[in-house]
Amino acid sequence: MGPRAASLLLALPALLAACGGGKDAARILVATEAAYPPFESKTEDGTIVGFDVDLVRAAAREAGLEAEFLDQGFDGMLPGLAQGRYDAAVSAITITEERAKVVDFTDPYFEAGQVVAVRADDASIRGLEDLRGRTIAVQRNTTGHLAAEKVEGATVKHFDSVEPAFLELLARRADAVINDLAPTLLYAKEHPGLRIAGKPFTEEKYGIAVRRGNGALLAKLNEGLRKVRASGEYDRLKAKWIGDAGR
Amino acid sequence: MSGETFLYLLKGLGLSLVLGACSLVVALLGGLAVALCRLSPRPWLRRPATAYVEVIRGVPLLVLILWIYFGVLSDLFPLHWFPASILAFGACYSAFIGETYRAGIQSVDPGQMEAARALGLSRRVAMRRVVLPQAVRNILPALGNEAISLFKDTSLATVIAVNELMNRGKQVAGRDFRTMETYTVVALLYLATTLVFSLLQRRLERRLGVGTAHHDPGHH
Repeated sequence: MGPRAASLLLALPALLAACGGGKDAARILVATEAAYPPFESKTEDGTIVGFDVDLVRAAAREAGLEAEFLDQGFDGMLPGLAQGRYDAAVSAITITEERAKVVDFTDPYFEAGQVVAVRADDASIRGLEDLRGRTIAVQRNTTGHLAAEKVEGATVKHFDSVEPAFLELLARRADAVINDLAPTLLYAKEHPGLRIAGKPFTEEKYGIAVRRGNGALLAKLNEGLRKVRASGEYDRLKAKWIGDAGR
Repeated sequence: MSGETFLYLLKGLGLSLVLGACSLVVALLGGLAVALCRLSPRPWLRRPATAYVEVIRGVPLLVLILWIYFGVLSDLFPLHWFPASILAFGACYSAFIGETYRAGIQSVDPGQMEAARALGLSRRVAMRRVVLPQAVRNILPALGNEAISLFKDTSLATVIAVNELMNRGKQVAGRDFRTMETYTVVALLYLATTLVFSLLQRRLERRLGVGTAHHDPGHH
């Protein structure tokens, strides 16, 4: 049973109470990997929060939609979207050529870049160029993973999510983590044993992913994003969640 | 799927096999120790062994792996992924295989031990030479089950970034967006391996005469 079917099943009593009203057309189900603060994470009571969540909720509202969020591993997120398990995916997803072949992306909503994180006491790594032949921990199939694969002679260890990659670095089993700037800054702030080596070395743009062929939703989300930017809500959310870590 | 991708997955299978084989050796030896301790008349051996089985059996293997790799142990003594995996799989399956051994030993007629002792063999020698060979023959089908189960469970090492078959499968599926195709190939690779394993096990069972009369193997 897919997550969507499961959530429908859970909602069954409510649906029955509403005398079989069926699916609310104004609702969209949005997948996110709630383990990537400040973009998406879970509060202690399990609510999914973050910049992406607030932004998509606001953009959807501007377009007359109500966004509901679903926690989904990053690995299967875009394939799941392509299969129609949910309507959209927002998860600090960099727009890449390869990904754009299987899903459609909205206009970019955030500019990001990859950075190298190392242990604070390790002075031997000053940036990407010092990673040759070293061990790099990453989250699987992220743009950080792609960057790590390009480093000559490096051993790449890929984890399901980014947190264990940082743990690997702290446990001295990896020399560096390659990851997006904002989440890395946040993690380094909470773990003084880490620091960022050098400057961001890529320029990437995040987009909201929509199933291919769902042009109507794509247009609505783009319109919503424009309105959210115009109203100043975008800047307010960015200041609230990301601060100076945006590019 | 390109030949290159298939080869990449195949190399992952190689690592899964190495992990499975090393863990199985640890679990077969560890399990024997657990079973002998559990059956020992000495409480200081029996009680810890019983506690070990109860605790390990009650903790999900996934939790055990993460606990060994990232938990308490990792702060004191960060283990490399290979010993950490072998430790987790070996520890877990020592508990299960230990119980299988115990069942096998207890299935051997107590008269065998009594007769061996009456012939002047020590308890230890009687156990090794008389009881255990019969016990192992009895539990060979069950041990085959455990071995296959252990081999498949090596896929859990994905969570600590061990680059075995499952991890590579996840990577390829996410990279090429060919979920169905990739996981089908991954499943078939696991299946092909376990089928070969079953075949070998059947041969071994035939050779040891599993399923034939106990005390009279020559008489059919």
